[in-house]
Amino acid sequence: MINLPATTHVIEVIYLIASALFILALKWMISPATARRGILAGEIGMVLAIAGTLLHHGIVDYKWIAIALVLGTVIGIPLGKVHMTAVPQRTALSHAFGSLCVTLVGTAEFYLRSPEVPRFMMSVLSLEVILGALTFTGSLMAAGKLQEILPQRPITYKGQNLVNLSFLAVSIALAVYLVLHPGAKQFFPFMVGIPLVFGVLMVIPIGGADMPTVISLLNSYAGLSAAAMGFVLNSKLLIIAGALDGSSGFILSVIMSKAMNRSFTNVLFGAFGQVQPAAAAGAEEKTVRSATAEEAAQILAAANKVVIVPGYGMAVAQAQHKVRELYDALTKRGVDVKFAIHPVAGRMPGHMNVLLAEADIPYDKLLDMDEINSDFPQTDVALVIGANDVTNPAARTDASSPIFGMPILDVDKARTVMVIKRSMSPGFAGIDNPLYYLDRTLMLFGDAKAFVGSIVRELAGGGSHG
Amino acid sequence: MSSNLIDGLFVFMLAGFIGFEIIRRISPLLHTPLMSLTNALDAIAVVGAIVLAGEHKSTFSTVLGTIAIVAATINIVGGFLITDRMLRMFKTSRPGKP
Repeated sequence: MINLPATTHVIEVIYLIASALFILALKWMISPATARRGILAGEIGMVLAIAGTLLHHGIVDYKWIAIALVLGTVIGIPLGKVHMTAVPQRTALSHAFGSLCVTLVGTAEFYLRSPEVPRFMMSVLSLEVILGALTFTGSLMAAGKLQEILPQRPITYKGQNLVNLSFLAVSIALAVYLVLHPGAKQFFPFMVGIPLVFGVLMVIPIGGADMPTVISLLNSYAGLSAAAMGFVLNSKLLIIAGALDGSSGFILSVIMSKAMNRSFTNVLFGAFGQVQPAAAAGAEEKTVRSATAEEAAQILAAANKVVIVPGYGMAVAQAQHKVRELYDALTKRGVDVKFAIHPVAGRMPGHMNVLLAEADIPYDKLLDMDEINSDFPQTDVALVIGANDVTNPAARTDASSPIFGMPILDVDKARTVMVIKRSMSPGFAGIDNPLYYLDRTLMLFGDAKAFVGSIVRELAGGGSHG
Repeated sequence: MSSNLIDGLFVFMLAGFIGFEIIRRISPLLHTPLMSLTNALDAIAVVGAIVLAGEHKSTFSTVLGTIAIVAATINIVGGFLITDRMLRMFKTSRPGKP
């Protein structure tokens, strides 16, 4: 280590530049105006780092590296071109790939080094493979649920938390044993295998509405495991990238948990989806007012200020392009149209913004909860498209509601509320929404895409048969 | 070893603070592209995988390293591609509009 080859210095300088570019990449993400420059900085940093690594004097065989880089590119390109509605599952899948890489490298490093692994090295290596393994299967489960290969409903059973915690406890106990006895190779597969099972069990009880928090948390775990790998390999570049990714996922988890009024420990220990189905009784007695597309169009056309509240239902119905047509039709008539975005609307942080941006709706019309909530009392029409719990006034008023205390969009304060919904059946959380029974609320029953389409036709003055 | 550890911890602490201060300021508008970008950057783990696969210390480590490169490269290519696609869609209505 005294006389480092000159190339080692070159590689270190390249890594230093790459680290700076990564930090700049994130810094430029602050505004949509500079964000694409950030991507470029990240790409240059990445290419530099890979090129620098290829100079590494220890590398004797480039054949497999080349094959793997080509194969990864061939698989990566289609995953970069998925439809925007598939972005949440693609993101979950990419957490899985990232943590797979980290877990495999950690495993190989252990077998290369055992039995002579210093204690600190073994501690971070254990952290790397445990976090990596549980993130791998947890993310695959999340992706499966989002892609609807797996049931979206939370699956719960008695003593679930106890079972999950014991899996975690056993893997930590194995890690401690391996730190003290790094030669005990026979235990290592269990230290990888048990977190793999734990990852599956961790995501099983999680329902679709909790996905934004889970994806953020998995993002954070993936970052931390990469940082741990940086300690194992003594790579500062990797420590920096892991720390940036870890803190990003951490902040997003905190934002998501605040937006769902869950405590932070609740998030850290993954105790999601614990919402008990509310008693369905009483809901049938109340009456709702419904309206046709023609009536809805007349009310919208007469309004000065309209706020559209999109939710996951809009994504499912792929209604964002029809919503854009509605936005155009109303704006042309001089109606002021804005969009109210709840932090947990959709299936991942920022999901609605991406879908609406895809439909060419200008981003300065997309306002988050804190910006828009004071506008609702001056709003003529609040049009809710496929959102439910995030508009539920029971969160403000009913202490017995499972979502009591959750910050919501105050759509019930608008002069008229219109809700596009398939039927009166409550969402999977089973929470009844008193918003639907207000005198000022009109229910528009139907598929979001079809209904918005018929409103647009009515506004155009054409098809009365819509 | 121990000085490497201390250096590493310092780097981790500083990078954590930088990440926290920068990301805290990013608008919820861009949270989805933020996540896909950090994911692509995180795939820098590929450097460890490349050394592992290239050093050819054992068949086992070469196989694991090769699979790890594939997984990380998927994230690099896919992550940058989709982040850029998303960001290209964000347009403002009119600059300077009140």
